[in-house]
Amino acid sequence: MVENRPWLTVLAHAVMILGVVVIAFPVYVTFVASTHDLERIMQVPMPLVPGDRLIENYAQVLSAGTTTGSKAAVGTMLLNSTVMALAIAIGKIAISIISAFAIVYFRFPLRMAFFWMIFVTLMLPVEVRIIPTFKVVSDLGMLNSYLGLSLPLIASATATFLFRQFFLTVPDELAEAARIDGAGPMRFFWDVVLPLSKTSIAALFVIQFIYGWNQYLWPLLITTDESMYTTVIGIKRMIVGSDAANEWNLIMATAILAMLPPALVVLVMQRWFVKGLVETEK
Amino acid sequence: MEKRVVFRSAWLPYALVAPQIAITLIFFFWPAAQAVWYSFQLQDAFGLRSQFVGLQNFFTLFRDPGYLHSFRVTAVFSVLVAVAGIAISLLLAVMADRVVRGAVGYRTLLIWPYAVAPAVAGVLYAFLFAPSIGIVTYALRGMGVHWNWIINGDQAMLLVVMAAVWNQISYNFVFFLAGLQSIPRSLIEAAAIDGAGPMRRFWSVVFPLLSPTTFFLLVVNVVYAFFGTFGIIDATTQGGPGQDTQILVYKVYHDGVKAADLGGSSAQSVILMFIVIALTVVQFRFVERRVQY
Repeated sequence: MVENRPWLTVLAHAVMILGVVVIAFPVYVTFVASTHDLERIMQVPMPLVPGDRLIENYAQVLSAGTTTGSKAAVGTMLLNSTVMALAIAIGKIAISIISAFAIVYFRFPLRMAFFWMIFVTLMLPVEVRIIPTFKVVSDLGMLNSYLGLSLPLIASATATFLFRQFFLTVPDELAEAARIDGAGPMRFFWDVVLPLSKTSIAALFVIQFIYGWNQYLWPLLITTDESMYTTVIGIKRMIVGSDAANEWNLIMATAILAMLPPALVVLVMQRWFVKGLVETEK
Repeated sequence: MEKRVVFRSAWLPYALVAPQIAITLIFFFWPAAQAVWYSFQLQDAFGLRSQFVGLQNFFTLFRDPGYLHSFRVTAVFSVLVAVAGIAISLLLAVMADRVVRGAVGYRTLLIWPYAVAPAVAGVLYAFLFAPSIGIVTYALRGMGVHWNWIINGDQAMLLVVMAAVWNQISYNFVFFLAGLQSIPRSLIEAAAIDGAGPMRRFWSVVFPLLSPTTFFLLVVNVVYAFFGTFGIIDATTQGGPGQDTQILVYKVYHDGVKAADLGGSSAQSVILMFIVIALTVVQFRFVERRVQY
């Protein structure tokens, strides 16, 4: 603090509290809506304090979905989302760390060609090439499978770049010492590079888990079978008509369930999340 | 920058890059090439036969008022999302930076919307602002505002902008707070000693020093508005009413999947790819400049 201006500090707190309240409001309303029965929600205005149907609503969606919209159980969807998010996060980290290792620690023909091939994929989102990618996945017979959900989204350059940047900062003396001690490249990778990369891996994991969990367009296209829906798709399938035709209390319970896992990952791993965000985008 | 110490092996490096290259080829280069190929084809109404028509799909697109309209909608949408998102999160970050105690606490309370899927954010806003039962609609009616985004194009645009900004604020906030905390205290103190008040210090010292972050966020937010908001649009307006919120990426999906116009949709994909490449180049040129800065 440069100087003491009490009214400015009060203003700062006031703005922050207002910001937090405005930003939290939609989620608070969602939670309240998920604890009432449908009749209460359909009243205008709906109540703004939690009701007594919390357990019934959540038990209903977890086991049997909604009654008017999709009847797929949200429990299965949460499992699908978890598998997809973990496969994307772990798959991306695994293939990126080894390719970055090869590009940094080896000299071989076509090295720069490979580097540029990965580089080109840096910003092109799946939304842009959606229909041809769908055809490829359909030709490979991977519709309605975990493989089809995760593999196409594993192709991304950000993780490779982060690891490459990080490896370039690892002192050369470490590789030299390893070579003198007679360690081969893979031994060096397992015993030196991997332990040093722990923080970067944790940071990337948070970012990529959220990325995988929140995917929408891709699962929307390739999951036609109810048992393969992810949670985000499940919500969309529960909305069947205009305002009054939907079971908003159940939809909102599912929305809370869809938000909870990634929000927990962000909050629990906040330190790595902030680091990962600021570093992957450099 | 290159490593001095390297390992030698005839096959190992290829084996290590193989998984990533294979996935990139199968799910990136092959579909991208197909998109380019389809964009030169015209299919008959049943999708049975197609013929090579050169650039005709592109000419058709640029003569199509619907496509030009979609460009305008995307421009309005991304400017609103980027400007509102950056302004609000900059205000919050400056205030959080001022608070000596509790800045991290406020950060915790503000970063979680990043974890909410755009499609879920869309559903939340659709519910809050639902024309008949929404709680905010009710409050607005009390103030004499008649709110119905199902039939009013401007209100529909406002709705998706609000959901998109809400979803993106935490991201901008994290970057602004990190940028603010890296500004040397001595600069601010020097300005204070010279008699500059808080507003003057912000506009003459802090804001110029934040300009690299602001520019970076501008590019990221535009990219987000172009591509990341698909879920919000699909969960709320689905491009409507009419085509008033049909952004480019939604039109690719709509024409390709729902209207099954493969050639036209692929031509739109190709145009979008060029836009992405242009934005990437802008961002990288800027990153190079910042290194020298």
